[in-house]
Amino acid sequence: MSSANPFIPSAYELDKEKRAQLARWSTLAVTVALLIPVALILTLIALKAQPALSWEYLTGDVSRSGAAGGIWGPLMGTFYLTLLCLAIVAPIGILAGVYIHEYAPDNAFTRAIMVAVTSLAGVPSIVHALFGLGAFVATLGMPKGLLTAAMTLSVMTLPVIITSTREALSSVPKNFREACWNLGASRWQTIRTIVLPNSFGGILTGVILVIARAAGETAPIMFMGAVMWLRIAPAGPERLMPYGLNDEFMALSNHLNLISKDIPGMPEEMKFGSALVLLSLILFINGIASLVRLRLRRRKRW
Amino acid sequence: MSPAHLELRDLSVWYGSKKALDEVSFSVPRHHVLGIVGPANSGKSSLLKTINRTLEFIDHARTEGTVLLDGENVRDIPNVYSLRRRIGMVFPLPVGLPLSIYDNVAYAPRRMGIHHKPQLDALVENCLRDAVLWDEVKDRLDLLGTKLSGGQQQRLTLARALSLEPEILCLDEFSIAIDPVTTMKIEEVLMRLKERMTIILVTNLTQQARRMADAVAFINASQLVEWGPTEQLFNQPAKELTGRYLNGEFG
Repeated sequence: MSSANPFIPSAYELDKEKRAQLARWSTLAVTVALLIPVALILTLIALKAQPALSWEYLTGDVSRSGAAGGIWGPLMGTFYLTLLCLAIVAPIGILAGVYIHEYAPDNAFTRAIMVAVTSLAGVPSIVHALFGLGAFVATLGMPKGLLTAAMTLSVMTLPVIITSTREALSSVPKNFREACWNLGASRWQTIRTIVLPNSFGGILTGVILVIARAAGETAPIMFMGAVMWLRIAPAGPERLMPYGLNDEFMALSNHLNLISKDIPGMPEEMKFGSALVLLSLILFINGIASLVRLRLRRRKRW
Repeated sequence: MSPAHLELRDLSVWYGSKKALDEVSFSVPRHHVLGIVGPANSGKSSLLKTINRTLEFIDHARTEGTVLLDGENVRDIPNVYSLRRRIGMVFPLPVGLPLSIYDNVAYAPRRMGIHHKPQLDALVENCLRDAVLWDEVKDRLDLLGTKLSGGQQQRLTLARALSLEPEILCLDEFSIAIDPVTTMKIEEVLMRLKERMTIILVTNLTQQARRMADAVAFINASQLVEWGPTEQLFNQPAKELTGRYLNGEFG
């Protein structure tokens, strides 16, 4: 009877099982721990903001330096700032991403561009603010305002959109392109008919990330014309479009920054109210991004 | 001898400093089938890519020597897209484009500006019939081409390559990813297509070359070892290496 029962686990196998369980539970624990701060922040902000929240809060004018009234002006400012930033950065970033991934030959110049893009992504937002001030205001002589602030945010978010565009394009298999080229399609026809339609989801994700980033930033815009208070027309079309391109403006992130630290005696719910609105706005946009990605993944075409 | 439809003169291909093809010369008469055989990595696919100049899409690749299509140097053809339309290409792995079956076949005609629906309908049907796929897909032409089985996708690839009625059809190891039944079907199709076009058949199945080709070129380690009528190569090869390869002694 030399052979032992082969189905009884050896000491090594028992130990291996123990380590496998340990790895599994420790990774799970860390993941769950991640959720705790998110849940706490959201609950705390929501609870503290609750007394201020109302339709009037969203649509009312800022009064007494934010201690009373609503946040209509900053809300509109953030909306138009983000829209403008997107209008500038999306076409430039997507076209640059397409060039780098689809056209650029593999040489020193292309690699230098990629290093530049990566470096740009690592620049702190306060430095972008100073750059915007120096380039657009001091050098080009443009006024501080909605447009120059949006341009500054565009420079800052350019790497995000270039990188996500490149990644989206690289998810389309190379042999699709080769099949098209062999059929006498030009590079552009191939990009237009096969590559872009099938990388749309990824590109859109980049665009939405930019929205969230632009809406949340404070440093670049407070140097570029974001102010504490402006009079907003009480009614009419100007209520919906309160700022011209070259006008100073209010924005949620800046508003939150100022009322939280610069105004003494600010009621708690006013601070947390604008924090909640800003946060919800960004979460809402991110939510849309996830939904779009989910839908596009479901109709995956290969 | 009839004038060559396709002729290679001292064709070399370089990837950076690596030579992938070394001064290869041969010619193919119209409506002939040329089999190109040889071990993997011997430069056969690079050779095909120089014919329709898709090698130009590869960074650091360059060619020397000439490829003559009907006596005209392909490098001098001003409209490279018209050159690519004259040459159909089928690659080892089937590529259904992420489009409907119909749009897959209509892809190339549309890119050259054909949008007339009845004309496209007829063209799609003819090409799918030529590629013996029509009966299997005629009721679901709007299905994604990528959802077909491997063998069906390879016939779809063939149908797409036929959509511009090319004068030369190049097949690069078309059967390595598909089943034997589909392989035999496609071989039958090719024998019929020979009436209408010249066929370059790159294959590492020597018996496939023997069954189908009028002439065979044996390429080994970037060089053309021998080239001649099929039976002559198989029965009385001039070089010992050729005989050993064709008999399956290496490769």
